[in-house]
Amino acid sequence: MNIHEYQAKEVLSSFGIPVPRGRVALTADQVERTAREMGGRCVVKAQIYAGGRGKAGGVRLADNPEKALEAGKDLFGRVLITPQTGPEGLVVRRLLVEEAVEIGKEFYLSITLDRNTSRYCIIASAEGGMDIEELAAKSPEKIRMLPIDPFVGLRSYEARKVALGLGLQGRICEDCVRLMLNLYRCCMEKDCSLVEINPLVVTRAGWLLAMDAKINFDDNAIFRHQDYPEMLDYTQMDPLEITASEFDLSYIKLKGNIGCMVNGAGLAMATLDMLKEYGGEPANFLDVGGGASKERVAEAFKIILQDSDVKGVFVNIFGGIMRCDVIAQGIIDAASEVGCTLPIVVRMDGTLVEEGRRLLLESGLDVQYTDYLGDGVEKIVKMLQES
Amino acid sequence: MSILVNKHSKIVVQGITGRAGLFHTRQCREYGSTIAAGVTPGKGGTRIDGIPVFDTVEEAVQTTGADVSLIFVPSSAAADSILEAAAAGIGLAVCITEGIPVRDMVLVKRCLQGGAMRLIGPNCPGLITPEECKVGIMPGSIHQKGRIGVVSRSGTLTYEAVKQLTDIGLGQTTCVGIGGDSVIGMNFIDVLDLFNQDEETEGVFMIGEIGGGAEEEAALWIKKNMKKPVASFIAGLTAPPGKRMGHAGAIVSGGKGKAEDKISILKESGVSVCRIPTQMGEAMLSALNG
Repeated sequence: MNIHEYQAKEVLSSFGIPVPRGRVALTADQVERTAREMGGRCVVKAQIYAGGRGKAGGVRLADNPEKALEAGKDLFGRVLITPQTGPEGLVVRRLLVEEAVEIGKEFYLSITLDRNTSRYCIIASAEGGMDIEELAAKSPEKIRMLPIDPFVGLRSYEARKVALGLGLQGRICEDCVRLMLNLYRCCMEKDCSLVEINPLVVTRAGWLLAMDAKINFDDNAIFRHQDYPEMLDYTQMDPLEITASEFDLSYIKLKGNIGCMVNGAGLAMATLDMLKEYGGEPANFLDVGGGASKERVAEAFKIILQDSDVKGVFVNIFGGIMRCDVIAQGIIDAASEVGCTLPIVVRMDGTLVEEGRRLLLESGLDVQYTDYLGDGVEKIVKMLQES
Repeated sequence: MSILVNKHSKIVVQGITGRAGLFHTRQCREYGSTIAAGVTPGKGGTRIDGIPVFDTVEEAVQTTGADVSLIFVPSSAAADSILEAAAAGIGLAVCITEGIPVRDMVLVKRCLQGGAMRLIGPNCPGLITPEECKVGIMPGSIHQKGRIGVVSRSGTLTYEAVKQLTDIGLGQTTCVGIGGDSVIGMNFIDVLDLFNQDEETEGVFMIGEIGGGAEEEAALWIKKNMKKPVASFIAGLTAPPGKRMGHAGAIVSGGKGKAEDKISILKESGVSVCRIPTQMGEAMLSALNG
């Protein structure tokens, strides 16, 4: 789960990590007022669920409150397109107004899961502000990684080694040790899958400050944190993906025109690969899950049809826990409810497949049925090419 | 022979009285597995379908001699259940539960380190030794006894692969679903190693997907150690970067975890990789024929 930069900074601040003075603004007037409070000179930062904002023009330095107002007026409602947003971009509805800080030196610091060791890991680099993945690819020797033993947690001496490795000395080094310990505590207590400070800066005045911050929460741990759902900004999310998540469906919008409904994430990915291989373009990833009811299957089908790019639907089910008759009934219910006229190809196998096939064929729906995956993919791709 | 489970395995089901727990307990039993006991705290002393239910795994093990645990406990309590199984002296725990917080699994993994218990999963379909023992949620009917080992990060895609193997005349020694999360118990290499040592297994089919580096590591291990032919399919060739494709572990981020990279390193290691999921059976056959 994503949150905005200003929310991430509030979280970090609550763990004693220093962040610039600032406030979120929802209107241009609020931007101006906050700029005044900051003493005139400030930074206005677009809050979207994606990185790369600076290069896309989403971060403005304003010398005075009037300029801040101008930046606010220009940024609100603007669609920012960055390498992380996709071509549609994301619309700016919130701005973070912060004091402008004189930067001495920049660093990179984060904690995330290291899958190789199955431990959380501190990642640090003296090359701050850079995209860490780019840096990892180009000069991995500039990145320090420290896996943390969950039994004992991050220890001061370990953090000190990392801080010294960044070239920090004396009081600032010790400040950084404390910051890292707090960052680890934050990561654990808040169930973060990522806490990232990039850049972490030493100001000209000689203080550490988290200039930019990113936090992702572990979706599986949301049940432990009642406040997380309230932090979500739905304007930053695909409406169909929001609806899907309400029904516990894993749905991702893609660029093509073939709507897909599959059970199981691996099989769903493989089905998309197969469609592409045969010259088709999938419109979505949708894992209808293991033990879905016919109502949930119907919802899934309706979500697929709500996407106006969809010109045909391919259903691929290998019933294990999932029964083919339940899938068939869900499709029939949804298609008759919304009056679907698009071509539909259904491939089913596994538990109660005969019953599922019978239901579909007797439903009167214009459904092409097949027992074979390859055959089904060929059919739907061909039907769309012809129409 | 087979790996991990066989007709002598005695299973205790943790969370046996839940909806999913009971349904799959019955399915496993119907397949021929020995369900020795169930565990649901607060329901000790009762019976369900004639199976004795205990409050703790320890009691279940002491009373029935169960050595394999199948876990259906909800995600908020599943980590505890895995640790309980380990403490009770269970040899193999299979955790079907999906949605366990990463922090919990990091701790579980650390606790199990150096211990005797093996863990499969979480968020997995479990494992099956055809015609002997099913410890999981896969449809039993598609499996057939034979000489191919199957190891996979996926669920239904594994069923697809197994069906193709069976249809083409290649039965299986054991099929293991290791799970789609980012922190799991046994990994590809652990299972490949067992297949490598198993006298009956003549070849292995490995199903991977985008995200992480487990397939890459497995490829290097295969190149160095594997004495038997391996065929593979990797799902997610066309997955867009930055999007989590259903499984917690299935994401291409920062250019890492791409299917193309996994496929090329597997091929370099002598694995025969098919690019589309309808050719999994044939890929295994051609790998066997050399």
